Amino acid sequence: MTDALDLLLAALLVIAGGFGLIGSYGLIRLREGMQRLHAPTKASTVGLGAALLVSMLHGLGTGTGFSWQELLVMIFIFVTAPISANYLSKLHLHLRRAELDLPETGTARDWATFDHQPEPAEPSLPRRDT
Amino acid sequence: MLRRLFPHPVLSLFLIVTWFLLVNDWKLGSLVMAAILATLIPLFTAPYWPGAPRVRNLPALLAYVALVVWDVILANIQVARIVLFMPPDRIRSAFIRVPVDLATPEAIAVLAGTITMTPGTVTADMSADGRVLLIHSLHAPDPDAIRDDIKSRYETRLKRIFG
Repeated sequence: MTDALDLLLAALLVIAGGFGLIGSYGLIRLREGMQRLHAPTKASTVGLGAALLVSMLHGLGTGTGFSWQELLVMIFIFVTAPISANYLSKLHLHLRRAELDLPETGTARDWATFDHQPEPAEPSLPRRDT
Repeated sequence: MLRRLFPHPVLSLFLIVTWFLLVNDWKLGSLVMAAILATLIPLFTAPYWPGAPRVRNLPALLAYVALVVWDVILANIQVARIVLFMPPDRIRSAFIRVPVDLATPEAIAVLAGTITMTPGTVTADMSADGRVLLIHSLHAPDPDAIRDDIKSRYETRLKRIFG
């Protein structure tokens, strides 16, 4: 049983390391900034997920039991990673709009990064009376 | 009465689960602390989310999470193949515009986050009126197919969840 578990953990660790490596390799191999943005999102999903899974399962073999805390790490990464990715791509749009082949929005207003129209005054917050 | 004490039942439930994950131990004392947090935090933060959308369909939300996790794994393998084996000059990156029909900011945020987390696509921007998302795709030989895929696979499910 422990042998099978060890094998599984080892395999997961190799997967985690492999995806982390591919993510970093993508950073040097891909050519433009927007393409490079795709590489780190890889490492932070499957690579990190596999490493955390190992950390969760490891306690089963050593007798300390299944660990649940890693689930939280995974949830927080999944919630926060898109925000940093979004900031990076916004910066990229600001710096190089002329070279990028951006489509039109097709609506009355421009993409939010370039839209300088002031928002209407903050609406007064409705009260929750229920 | 119950509504007033727990203005946001899903948040309360989520806080209890989070607290148990944090302590990593099943004791009665933890439950007491979890109950205190699950009561106080929603009460004190209620003024910050007026008109927050309710999750209509919790099982559908859980199914959605499972679907996204599965897609993330598959898409990771796809993108790893592109990074490793595809010659750089053959990678066709493209910006794609995806019109969204979702009404609430929270639902749109979940959709945008999903698109970023599934490798190969990144949400780059949104039109100022919140009706179109700008997406960058690493390899998009057929941009229309990616747009239709996002709309049919994720957006229809989110519509059902947030109503």
